[in-house]
Amino acid sequence: MRVIKILLIAALAVGFCTTASAKEMKVGFVYVSPIGDAGWSYAHDVGRQAVEELEGVTTSYVEAVPEGPDAERVIQNMARKDFDLIFATSFGYMDPMLKVAKQFPEAVFMHCSGFKTAENMGNYFGRMYQARYLSGMVAGAMTKSNIIGYAAAFPIPEVIRGINAFTLGARAVNEEATVRVVWTKTWYDPATEKEAAKSLLDVGADVIAQHQDSPGPQEAAQEKGVYSIGYNSDMSAFAPKAHLTAPVWNWGPYYTKVVNEVKNGTWESESVWPGMETGIVDLAPFGSMVPKEIQEMVLAKKAEIVAGQAKVFVGPVLDQQGNVKIAEGSVADDQSLLGMTWFVEGVTGTTE
Amino acid sequence: MLRLTITKRQEPLGWSSCLVVFGAVALSLFFSALLLGLRGTPPLEGLIVLFQGAFGSRWAIEDCLIKTIPIFLCSLGVAIAFRLQIWNIGAEGQFCLGAVGATWVALSFPSLPFWLMLPLMIAMATFAGGMWGLIPAVLRQKMRTNEIIVSLMMNYIAILILDYLVYGVWKDPTSFGFPMTQEFSDGAIVGKIGSTSVNWGLFHCIALAVIFWVFLRFTKLGYELKASGDSVRAARYAGIPYDRLVFLVMVLSGALAGWAGFLEASATINRLQPSIMVGYGYTAIVVAWLASLNPLYIGIASFLLAGLRVGVENLQLDLQVPAAFGGIMEGLVLLTVLAGGFFIHYRFELRGAKR
Repeated sequence: MRVIKILLIAALAVGFCTTASAKEMKVGFVYVSPIGDAGWSYAHDVGRQAVEELEGVTTSYVEAVPEGPDAERVIQNMARKDFDLIFATSFGYMDPMLKVAKQFPEAVFMHCSGFKTAENMGNYFGRMYQARYLSGMVAGAMTKSNIIGYAAAFPIPEVIRGINAFTLGARAVNEEATVRVVWTKTWYDPATEKEAAKSLLDVGADVIAQHQDSPGPQEAAQEKGVYSIGYNSDMSAFAPKAHLTAPVWNWGPYYTKVVNEVKNGTWESESVWPGMETGIVDLAPFGSMVPKEIQEMVLAKKAEIVAGQAKVFVGPVLDQQGNVKIAEGSVADDQSLLGMTWFVEGVTGTTE
Repeated sequence: MLRLTITKRQEPLGWSSCLVVFGAVALSLFFSALLLGLRGTPPLEGLIVLFQGAFGSRWAIEDCLIKTIPIFLCSLGVAIAFRLQIWNIGAEGQFCLGAVGATWVALSFPSLPFWLMLPLMIAMATFAGGMWGLIPAVLRQKMRTNEIIVSLMMNYIAILILDYLVYGVWKDPTSFGFPMTQEFSDGAIVGKIGSTSVNWGLFHCIALAVIFWVFLRFTKLGYELKASGDSVRAARYAGIPYDRLVFLVMVLSGALAGWAGFLEASATINRLQPSIMVGYGYTAIVVAWLASLNPLYIGIASFLLAGLRVGVENLQLDLQVPAAFGGIMEGLVLLTVLAGGFFIHYRFELRGAKR
């Protein structure tokens, strides 16, 4: 009799445990590069760790997932394993995620940097161009040769918008400054990206900025003894003597917000594009070589952007050929920012 | 005193060569488990999670089959060239051009019915891939260039052509400037088999493998190919037109890779975009060697390698093992199997040194 009692209690206990763990919310992340990249995926993973801290939430991730059919499989397998919420953090995951979202109406899907949504799929991004503008001001103030090098990944609107904002910032403080762009056609390839930065150094650039996920360009700048602007995360550890500042991502607060919304059942599908005012994008601490007055000038501008008093793409903005693209007195709307395929005046390079 | 000597086997190892391969794979799994243990992941659980992810459920097997298709076709292609000892490293570029060729048909004649559209796409894909393969062959035979270098370099050119097209003339106007073509019309998409997620490309693979086998085994040309692969001089002496054979194998090789490109664009992505290139052309070379250029073994090896790649994702998801671990395992398997090949052709003997 006693044995049966004990068994019964044991069975109940097991039952409780399983129901308790079933309530645990599962959140998955899909990354395009290894989290050791110190860049894009690293920044997202810092956000994931903030989510992991939450009560009753477990997270997991798959890194280095190529965009295309592989991504579809990875997202699908997360959904099959009953993940409640999945974040896919690269543009190329958009269509695969949309396909999977239709198959698994119960789960919530969040796509970073795209434009398609569904009933159970939202998308999100941050206005990184605001921080790019500020980092451009720093670069423009620090350059002596007036040539700023920019190692960039792919000629897509996100990157072009960043280059344009950076250039506008640089030329706001230094009318002579020009930005030379080299396309690497890679997101994460330390060797190629370092080489690209070296080619920019060879044409006389004395500040190197980047839209890449590896710190390769930072190393190139440090070796040559010139300055650099990082990206994604504070990259000063890789180039302490070169690193002026970096526009950085801070995903943690946003991710925990979405997770809580899904948990409470208040989540709704939408496209969001928050800016510096929410802290999702920010500027990394300045290196000690940036003079006080430049720091103060940039921080003042940052305060204006945060307060909503200053915008980045305000007319008159000319393109490379001198045509007026944004008329005097008007501000570019989000639609034209999202589809930006032209360079502003002051950029050397083509968008193809 | 005993001395260890290495002698060449007179007779090839028969069935026990299977044992060698299994032993090699087991050894590589052992090393992988060791590595997992070293980084603090429970090794046995790790391997079980890996196998479950690869072959442990219906959809896992379907996922593997989908991934097997392009690897298999590219591998079959390079195997033909390797038979003749022509080192085609250009499957990647031929795959790329195949996808471009197929896309051209799909975008230029979007309203064709599928029974006309698909054959046309295949024809264009194999033509484009085949011609891309022919160039290094012609350069090799006429100008004595090295086909390894030329075919490798042409991969980069092919990818630039693809980039040029999807960033330029073929860019979908509704894609917000992102590099991709419009989605293909329904007639240009190779469908899925029944209720599975595997596409009909699987049958293309089986049919092409059988043709390949029959061609090598039962035709005069196939025989000439094998003979010339063993010895170019003997073949020339026997009056086999060697130049033409080289052209032929490179065209066939490129056509098969191009076919794979067509299937990848049509069946799995439904459009052309730069991320179609994930290195199947290079994987194919590994597979062809693992399978000692035999079509049946190529099928098995591509399926297992696809399984490894799919299974490693499961390992990442459940146990947070880094993605690089998949690459390490792949390297280990290749190393042990190729090293195992040594035991198939040679043997160790212990001899007492009496002299």
